[in-house]
Amino acid sequence: MPEVMTLIGGRSSKQGTSLCAGKLGAEYVDLTTTVEMNVEDMARLGLANNSRVRLRTPGGETVVRCKSRETKDLPPGVLFMAYGPASSELMASDTAASGMPISKNLEVEVEPVREDASPSGGVAG
Amino acid sequence: MSENTRVVENATCTFCGCVCDDMVLTVDLEHKRITKAENACVLGKAWFREHGVEARPAALIGGREATVEDAIEEAAQILATARFPIIYGLSDTTCEAQRVAVSIGDMIGGTVDTTTSVCHGPSGIAFQGVGESTASLGEIKNRADMVVFWGGNPAEAHPRLFTRYAVTAKGLYTPNGRKDRTVVLVDVRRTASTPVADIFIQVKPRTDFEVLWALRALVRGRKVDPSIERRTGVSLAVLEDLVARMKSCRYGALLFGMGLTMNRGRHFNSGALLALATDLNEFAHWVAKPVRGHGNVTGADNVVSWQTGFPFGVNFSRGFPRFNPGEFTTVDTLSRGDADAALIIASDPASNFPKAAIEHLRHIPVITLDPKVTHTSQLARVAFTTATYGINVTGTVYRMDDVPITLRPAFDSPYPSDQEILTGIRDRVRALLGGNRLPPAVSLPGASA
Amino acid sequence: MGSSLRIINGRVYDPANGVDGAVRDICIRDGRIAADAPPDAKTIDARGMVVMPGGVDIHCHIAGPKVNLARKVQPEDHRRDVHPRTRFTRSGTGGTVPSTFATGYRYAALGYTAAMEAAVTPLGARHTLEELHDTPVIDKGFYVLVGNSVLLYRLLQEGRREEFRHALAWWLNATKAYAPKLVNPGGDELWKGQGHGNITRLDDKIGPFDLTPSTVIGAFIEAANELGLPHPVHIHCNNLGHSGNADTTLETMRIADGRRAHIAHIQFHSYGSVAGKSHDNPTSRARDIAEYINTHPNISADVGAVMFGRATIMTADAPAVYMLRQFGGAKWVNADTEHESGCGIIPFTYQDRVYTNALQWAIGLELFLLSDDPWRMVFSTDHPNGGSFTSYPRLIRLLMDREYRKEQMAVVNQKALEHSGLRDCQDREYSLYEIAIVTRAGPARLLGLASKGHLGVGADADVTIYEEDADKEKMFAAPRYVLKDGVVIIEDHEFRADHEGRVYHVAPDYDAGIEQVIEPFFDDYYTIQFRNYAVDDRYVPHGEVVPTMQQAAAAGAARP
Repeated sequence: MPEVMTLIGGRSSKQGTSLCAGKLGAEYVDLTTTVEMNVEDMARLGLANNSRVRLRTPGGETVVRCKSRETKDLPPGVLFMAYGPASSELMASDTAASGMPISKNLEVEVEPVREDASPSGGVAG
Repeated sequence: MSENTRVVENATCTFCGCVCDDMVLTVDLEHKRITKAENACVLGKAWFREHGVEARPAALIGGREATVEDAIEEAAQILATARFPIIYGLSDTTCEAQRVAVSIGDMIGGTVDTTTSVCHGPSGIAFQGVGESTASLGEIKNRADMVVFWGGNPAEAHPRLFTRYAVTAKGLYTPNGRKDRTVVLVDVRRTASTPVADIFIQVKPRTDFEVLWALRALVRGRKVDPSIERRTGVSLAVLEDLVARMKSCRYGALLFGMGLTMNRGRHFNSGALLALATDLNEFAHWVAKPVRGHGNVTGADNVVSWQTGFPFGVNFSRGFPRFNPGEFTTVDTLSRGDADAALIIASDPASNFPKAAIEHLRHIPVITLDPKVTHTSQLARVAFTTATYGINVTGTVYRMDDVPITLRPAFDSPYPSDQEILTGIRDRVRALLGGNRLPPAVSLPGASA
Repeated sequence: MGSSLRIINGRVYDPANGVDGAVRDICIRDGRIAADAPPDAKTIDARGMVVMPGGVDIHCHIAGPKVNLARKVQPEDHRRDVHPRTRFTRSGTGGTVPSTFATGYRYAALGYTAAMEAAVTPLGARHTLEELHDTPVIDKGFYVLVGNSVLLYRLLQEGRREEFRHALAWWLNATKAYAPKLVNPGGDELWKGQGHGNITRLDDKIGPFDLTPSTVIGAFIEAANELGLPHPVHIHCNNLGHSGNADTTLETMRIADGRRAHIAHIQFHSYGSVAGKSHDNPTSRARDIAEYINTHPNISADVGAVMFGRATIMTADAPAVYMLRQFGGAKWVNADTEHESGCGIIPFTYQDRVYTNALQWAIGLELFLLSDDPWRMVFSTDHPNGGSFTSYPRLIRLLMDREYRKEQMAVVNQKALEHSGLRDCQDREYSLYEIAIVTRAGPARLLGLASKGHLGVGADADVTIYEEDADKEKMFAAPRYVLKDGVVIIEDHEFRADHEGRVYHVAPDYDAGIEQVIEPFFDDYYTIQFRNYAVDDRYVPHGEVVPTMQQAAAAGAARP
């Protein structure tokens, strides 16, 4: 059973600087396909830095790599990922008549992916 | 210094909404690049470093190199024949270009929307409902003795907001800068911004509205149940302490980010924060300000507002501007599959919109104007390479606090500006349509007499 | 612009040239009024019509940062009043704060060809000029807010009067403004810095400055007169809207002491006071104010009449708006500009049954009816503060038609009428000649715009032709023809052409050394670089510098 966590999309310095170089550059692609996860959550799920995880919402799914954060920085159950094509995959298009899709605090199912499995629907290779 | 080097003082960085205008740029004219950007933050340094001139065709039609003239003709044909054309983006270009873009929307009876709709659009909606007490950033620098950041990470997204304007900045009544201020940060997680705060308040995700509403109640002297802590993760004691500080400061500022607008509650969150600032004015001078992202997104809001009366999500199909977020905002229009052509200026929706919206973009003729190759330019029918604003072209840019600044370009680009391309498209569309397209006669509100 | 035109058979009202309803031809060549026109010139037969110069609005709020905030905050106001595009004119939205294009076209549709935006922060000058560029047909300009400038206060309190004058001239140049504007002088520092305080007396100390509003007002009047500006200091007095404020207004006018000064929207500053239940209620002191202006030719004023219905209060006088908030409903905008200004905005509705609103309406009419010199007590509603400019035709009818006025007086709050003097002056009716003075010739003269507000040879060919009608509201609401710079913009009530008007600004001389005084203050306290502050010529593609007296004299002397 995949666990349900809260994904926060956002900006980061590196995302900003690599954006200037171009969204098709390797650094930007790398940054926007890495999800930050609480260190305890990762241990429980048997994940190490750079392990692949599948994130799934009713809107779509993506496979990204994960990176650990201490509990004081990122509470258990909360994920952070810089905006990019991967986070787009997870966003629903409904805006509740506001124009704004929900792109922070998405409820996502998190599931480890075996290294030899081929990517499904995602953008991370 | 070689004769192929020039220094541009008082240049402006347009990466983020801080629009810092104190850059000192060293320009290598021979290689057309900026080798040094004094005073720039880490984001600004990358902005200046990475915007050299790349050898790319000035225009592509269907992925093939084309002349700018042919591309303008193709773009004009697309826009003049479309039944539901949309114009989107505009936050990373000059006001001069924005004004032309809106005039095209009016001429063809299309929709004009900006990246505001997926940024602080909800704050714009909240503003329409409750108003706002606000200030230019200099008032915060010179007067604010209490600053509250809510739902944002300026250290990474707006680095100089802290140093130039709001935290360490020294001013008339804040001669000691940081020492003269109480700094509070409210967020769902610790970020690079957290260490700047005297008080960090960590709220549970999706409970910003509850925390803001509880603060409003406390400011007005109402009782708040201690169970607020279970719901939001913030104890009543912390809230009471915050309110006491807010009521007793001299000049307070609430600066809020997309942690409020992109989240459950959207415009209700922004509205609650704006209302809190208004309420606090019974006790002390308080202002609030959305921290805006792209360099000239605030200019886009201003231009679209003065030309139409509404800040974003404006449709001209009935012959006059109509505003309806959820209907004329781009995520909605595209996701519904409504638009039959799109003119995208200085924006990359194909990289950050929900996938249903991106999918529709693949099925309609898209025209892009961008200095860089983007996901959107790659799927475009017509893609223009344009000069970069602030680096190659002059024009006007509005800082996040509505202060307009004139850009000082560093070196020439071989590519035309957004304004030039848009003006070319507009003139050609006008010729094709014989002036502004008029909608079929309908009865108009307010024109009953 | 090149075409020629002859307007024949119309009754001409051209007060600047003493023409009072005589039937005569008006000829146009190259955008200007001419002595004659070639025989093949197009002819407009104005039989049964009234010919006047285009209207000139001396005080309104139509462009810039605060106007755009007021626009943004009222989507509901736009939705009920849309402005569709035509083949060649842009669309927009109306309400009390129309979009820029709608503003230009709607002024033109009323026969107005010039309007001055009355309150712009120096930091907002660039924004204002961008909006004015998108405001079609009419000529325009703006007054720049300098009356709460921290740097100018510093120079004043140190007694550096010369440098103060140079700095003021520098600021007028840097912003491309038309005139200096004072709003509630001294009030901002207390509002922003001292817990929403305000100035109540002209001899109050201004917060941390060793200054009083009296000193500040006197210094600006003196400097503007010394600079020889075409329009003097434009003053929004202290205590706007407060019961008993007529004393402050009289005191302000006395400070001028024979030197020129213009008092803005004086209706809002003509209140007496009578004890009420919880606080003092306002009464009318229009008679005292009118009497003072009648006998002091150095003073001019625009009325700032109140019209019933929807309005938007928007002013640099933030404390006044904060006070009004208690009557104004839900939306409140406040906007502070560093070292320069405050600002407050609320949507507002004036109701004829409400004592204060009816009193304000009555005082506006009283001021018109008690004025002996229409050249110096000119027409305004302080658009949109007292009501939209689209209510001008009704205001004209109220002045010209005493029976209509009496009908209206019968339905308003009667207690308010008792506390006004309107019944004592209700028999006067304005003539078309006087209307032409208060709506065009007078404002143009007060602005020092020699080519505006009249139909003499050499004047700009801005001409409005109305069909005569007993119902003056109807007559003035929809001119048959409107010409701008000789171009027929409106013919048979329909738009025929688009046009871009001028931006008037001043460029008084100053000692360039003053920049050494100003720049360090910017380095320390502003958030914009000093070198990025001044607005360049690209923002006034149709700019026209109106000379100061000294510049005009020098140009005259240089001419052979």
